[in-house]
Amino acid sequence: MSKLVYLVPLLPFIGFLVNGLFRNKLSKSLTGIIGSGVILGSFIISLLIFFEVKQESFRPVIVSLFDFINAGKLSIAFSFQVDQLSSLFLLIITGVGFLIHVYSIAYMHEERNDHFARYFSYLNLFVFSMLLLVLGGNYVIMFIGWEGVGLCSYLLIGYWFKNTEYNNAAKKAFIMNRIGDLGFLLAVFWMIAQFGSVNFADVFEAAPTTSVAVLTGITLLLFVGATGKSAQIPLYTWLPDAMAGPTPVSALIHAATMVTAGIYMIARSNILYTLAPVSQTVVAVIGLATAIFAASIALKQNDIKKVLAYSTVSQLGYMFLALGVGAYTGAVFHVMTHAFFKALLFLGAGSVIHAMHHEQDIRNMGGLKKYLPVTHLTFLLGCIAIAGIPPFSGFFSKDEILAASFSSNIIYWVIGVLTAGITAFYMFRLYASTFLGKFRGTEEQKHHLHESPVTMTIPLILLAILAVVGGLVGIPAVFMENGHALEHFLAPVFAESNKLKEAHHLDHNTEYLLMGISVAIAVIGIFAAISRFSKKPEALKPAESGIGKLLANKWYVDELYQAIIIKPINTFSKFLNRTIEKNIIDWIVNGIGRLLQYGSRQIRWIQSGQVGSYVLLMVVSILVFFVIQFFF
Amino acid sequence: MKIEYYIFLSIALFCIGIVGVLTRRNAIIVFMCVELMLNAANLLLVAFSKMHHLAQKASNPTAGTDGQLFVFFIMVVAAAEVSVGLAIIVMMYRNVHSVDINFLNRLKH
Repeated sequence: MSKLVYLVPLLPFIGFLVNGLFRNKLSKSLTGIIGSGVILGSFIISLLIFFEVKQESFRPVIVSLFDFINAGKLSIAFSFQVDQLSSLFLLIITGVGFLIHVYSIAYMHEERNDHFARYFSYLNLFVFSMLLLVLGGNYVIMFIGWEGVGLCSYLLIGYWFKNTEYNNAAKKAFIMNRIGDLGFLLAVFWMIAQFGSVNFADVFEAAPTTSVAVLTGITLLLFVGATGKSAQIPLYTWLPDAMAGPTPVSALIHAATMVTAGIYMIARSNILYTLAPVSQTVVAVIGLATAIFAASIALKQNDIKKVLAYSTVSQLGYMFLALGVGAYTGAVFHVMTHAFFKALLFLGAGSVIHAMHHEQDIRNMGGLKKYLPVTHLTFLLGCIAIAGIPPFSGFFSKDEILAASFSSNIIYWVIGVLTAGITAFYMFRLYASTFLGKFRGTEEQKHHLHESPVTMTIPLILLAILAVVGGLVGIPAVFMENGHALEHFLAPVFAESNKLKEAHHLDHNTEYLLMGISVAIAVIGIFAAISRFSKKPEALKPAESGIGKLLANKWYVDELYQAIIIKPINTFSKFLNRTIEKNIIDWIVNGIGRLLQYGSRQIRWIQSGQVGSYVLLMVVSILVFFVIQFFF
Repeated sequence: MKIEYYIFLSIALFCIGIVGVLTRRNAIIVFMCVELMLNAANLLLVAFSKMHHLAQKASNPTAGTDGQLFVFFIMVVAAAEVSVGLAIIVMMYRNVHSVDINFLNRLKH
């Protein structure tokens, strides 16, 4: 089955072509069927591949389709690599992606036919790029997918292209990603110079004999790429703005595709990072800083989607923390559970927005519990999962990360637990002000409140089930010996790294204590949020001063970037335009023209029309040639 | 006879031709001067050809004959040139009743 792996990305690509090229001809239902059907097809193939990979005897398969670049000694094949890591990501991407596609059919039904098809074609292309990213057998193929998801995020964030603000958000996402991509590209060039190959297998094999400085350089450059794609400090500001796109797109970007690319890339290159401890520390510190920083911003946001966006940034920070402390399995595990509950939360938010007729401000919501029962229940489950209450999925993955960070450095753990508490608080602030209390919207909105259609609620229910039970694939050893099926499954991918890492096992009492503390803090956060926000909507009022205002304005990071990067560049560009361009470049260009005109006017006098003067010139010239010939 | 004599004679002829072309305005005289220059070249060719032939007769019986052949070509070209040139001059005379070459600068306008 793994020989047919090329079908997995090919199907979404066909869907993209069909929906994109025939967008004026297809009906909405046909578009929806094609768009979702191809993803379902990919999912089924991924599932078959997964079962094949799951067998004990499985060895990683590299499927080479054709030569992509062949120059000198460098040969880059267009190849796919099927192993435990990529097959797991295939399942997440196509599985969650499929549910989001189905959900989109109902969510986008108000769009015009051709726009509807355009939307689905972009969505398919997005999934295609992401599949290429995780399947690529070398860094160059990965880079193609890497660029592809950047492009698709641009297209989808700017899907409502008549709105200037949305377009700006799209451009911001694209440009910030490009900054990161440059780092990735440099890392690839460096690898070619160092190893003479970009194949995963060759690079990883050569890595242990390479100097640590070179590996640190390469891994840091790769990490720059990851900060762009996975929205880490300092390149995270595009992700909250990316909320301009339709809500299912946010779910797709945040859960199944795009932002997990950075995690995947580092997990894939785990051996390089393990060999470069400095880079690991950088990854851990940046991840941790992002986790708490984004969580603090989420405390004061009033846009339902913005809260979720910052929570994604924060959770991605957790994953980077896990990668930084060497808990690669934990990071991948958290990617998986996060994909479930974050997709669920976004789709739930979409359902709320749909019911409220494009109202996104939670100050105008409240009391939706009785109008949207299914959405309410699934959203609540998602919130519990992200808050890390056992036995929901978020608990297991988050706990694994926290335990790993505890054994690495206790400060990591303290900040991590603090972030977990903040996460629980702001998620339940969101939940309480949306679903509990009294309805605060207009009468008309209240009149139109309705539960979403079945194509939207079924994905919600399925995702809710996954969010609840998804964590059971990674039960820590304290509860059950050999309960961590995921770790066992992924072990071959991280084998080399695990060999190098000194084994550390927390004794069971410490581990219970750690779990107890993090769960207790989460529970405190939940009850604090519910008691504060369920009955008293005035608690959502923006703070007039102090730290609250700082948080509501997102630490003024956008303003800071505006002042220290964008403004100077604009000023410099204006200077170039007005001074250099007008006075120097134009002067040179016009000067050449004037010089030629003047020169031609002078030379014209030679052509007098007098035969005598022509002959004289001829003779003189011949004499001159003779003189040159004989004397020089 | 020494080769220098031929060279000096042909230089003299050639210079007379040049000066004639440069100073005279009568088209026919200019023409004659051009012929003079051509024949100065012919004279040199024949002289050198003879010289080479005498020097290499023993080893190569046909040495230097190509110079003489060139002379025939130049004569043919000169004859053709004269016929065309004279025709032009006749046409010019018919139109402007003069053979002064400076009249021709009117072609410029």
